[in-house]
Amino acid sequence: MENMKIILKDIPDLHKIEVYESNGGYSALEKALKKMTPDEVINEVKTSNLRGRGGACFYTGLKWTFMPKETPKPKYLCCNGDESEPGSFKDREIFEKNPHQFIEGTLLACYAMGIKAAYVYIRGEYYKWINLLQNAIDDAYKKGYIGKNILGSEFSTDIYIHRGAGAYICGEESALMNSVEGKRGYPRVKPPFPAAYGLWGNPTTINNIETLSNIPEIIKNGGQWFSKIGEPKHPGTLLFGVSGHVNKPGVYELETGTPLMTIINDYCGGVTDGKEIKMVIPGGSSMPPLTKEEALTIKMDDASLKAIGSAIGTAGVMVMNEEADIVKVLLRISKFYYHESCGQCTPCREGTGWMMRVLKRIDEGKGRMSDLDLLIEVAQNIEGNTICALGDAAAWPVKWTIKKFRKEFEAKIPEVEEKSVPLNKVHSLRYS
Amino acid sequence: MEFFNEIELKKIDEIKSHYPESKAALLPVLWMVQEKYGWISEDSMKKVGDLLNIPYEHILGVVTFYTMYNKKPVGKIHLQICTNVSCMLRGGYELFKYVSDKLGIKNKEVTADGMFSVEEVECLGSCATAPMLQVNNQNFYENLSQEKVDKLIDSLHSEQKVNNT
Ligand SMILES: Cc1cc2nc3c(=O)[nH]c(=O)nc-3n(C[C@H](O)[C@H](O)[C@H](O)COP(=O)(O)O)c2cc1C
Ligand code: SF4
Ligand code: FES
Repeated sequence: MENMKIILKDIPDLHKIEVYESNGGYSALEKALKKMTPDEVINEVKTSNLRGRGGACFYTGLKWTFMPKETPKPKYLCCNGDESEPGSFKDREIFEKNPHQFIEGTLLACYAMGIKAAYVYIRGEYYKWINLLQNAIDDAYKKGYIGKNILGSEFSTDIYIHRGAGAYICGEESALMNSVEGKRGYPRVKPPFPAAYGLWGNPTTINNIETLSNIPEIIKNGGQWFSKIGEPKHPGTLLFGVSGHVNKPGVYELETGTPLMTIINDYCGGVTDGKEIKMVIPGGSSMPPLTKEEALTIKMDDASLKAIGSAIGTAGVMVMNEEADIVKVLLRISKFYYHESCGQCTPCREGTGWMMRVLKRIDEGKGRMSDLDLLIEVAQNIEGNTICALGDAAAWPVKWTIKKFRKEFEAKIPEVEEKSVPLNKVHSLRYS
Repeated sequence: MEFFNEIELKKIDEIKSHYPESKAALLPVLWMVQEKYGWISEDSMKKVGDLLNIPYEHILGVVTFYTMYNKKPVGKIHLQICTNVSCMLRGGYELFKYVSDKLGIKNKEVTADGMFSVEEVECLGSCATAPMLQVNNQNFYENLSQEKVDKLIDSLHSEQKVNNT
């Protein structure tokens, strides 16, 4: 099967700078520096309709125009490689297979927005991939692609890696900036947004690693070209990271709008042991899950998933077959968000703990029918009432998994309800 | 042993030059401490504070916020096993239980000889090669089975013994 690859091209040793160069690498940078103004670069990205691959699907070109043009302040770029949403493992593939395309994309972004320093934030667990990227950055410095007067032009910029230390919340843009500044990764209240008040209070843009890796091909081939790939409203390819109950889990780069079942059957070798699908999480653990019926017909792009109440997120596809214990899956997801809540907002700090404890009680066969509505109520009380979107990320899976898979939960609730579990045991304090 | 030697102090100066404020060098410098000493003690935090001119309280706040900084000593071989959903679907919990039972320790405990410790961790971004574990915040070992993890533990153990002699 022919398919379009923009980032994970089938070129052996593409991670080496010489190989990247001999395949047209860094020619987009040269083109931009010699023939294009920064505004022309931004316009090309706007024309491409590229949308962020970090989860929120925001238009990249539009985001870049938020950066002030005339300002005495230094401007910064944050490249988001925190990649800690369960089920997501695509950016690491870029660091390993095509790091220079990411670097070139970062340089183009810096040129377009007049940025003098970019920080690549990478989760601390990616030790190996941090080293791989650092080697690539060092090579690019040696060849004059990064640093002072790049390719003999007036343009200078530096790229630094900042290693995280184990906190999912640091993937949230403002928490990431606090973490770069050497602080606890607490999300900031917005507004002000990063373009006005980012790193050290200066104008800052933040983009995902995959988002930036698309830029060189857009500059080389034009925004028009990119805008026609895949689904017009969400064009390009996505790096689908497929895990769980499939025969060949892995990262597959495919056009947006590819049917989910094509991904599972044609690329991932089908569901393990020839079993039926029970549930699929389409875009990392915070995205509302799909039922089997939905999974059979859904196309993987922003609009198609939104139409059925889910979202593309990080395109981390988690497949669960008919034997999966949905209650345990949701309990595990809830445990994750409880663990990762930074604790600043009461609904998130307390709500994630409540949800986890009620789910635990259901899983242990001590639940009550009223718990199901209680869970949905708690989830709805978190949603929209917090500083950052981690609250929503914790609430959505609870709300939607119970709504769509209620029978699975009911099956674990005993007919004669145990009256002896006092509520305050469940709703006790966070650290008890 | 000096807290940081000449070369390390040079490295810290280099790191500081990446940022407009030296406070931003805190996370990388804490990584250097942990890589050298295995964990981050109160004394280390004070020394880092003097070095970067940051109050101890701020450093304590940072060290306690990030899960990868060890607040107490771990084993020479620290096994970090993912049990999040994709790993759970492919035996992450079984792996965690098998390893803990084999070593006779519970989550975040260290064996009596100080050699091993185990920790249940969140998704490590290795979901397609589950179940998996990470050793000492560095190498990933993927697609594990009981046999593979037995071999892994043996080989890490003998490596450690060689290093110690
Ligand atoms: C709790 C939380 C965690 C996030 N984690 C990540 C992450 O690991 N990587 C990422 O690129 N974006 C993550 N995001 C989204 C970022 O805040 C931001 O929208 C994104 O990096 C912007 O890049 P993009 O426009 O290129 O997608 C997270 C958001 C939230 C609320
Ligand atoms: S929503 Fe949760 S993670 Fe986000 S700031 Fe509030 S408490 Fe922290
Ligand atoms: S769930 Fe274990 S590595 Fe992602």
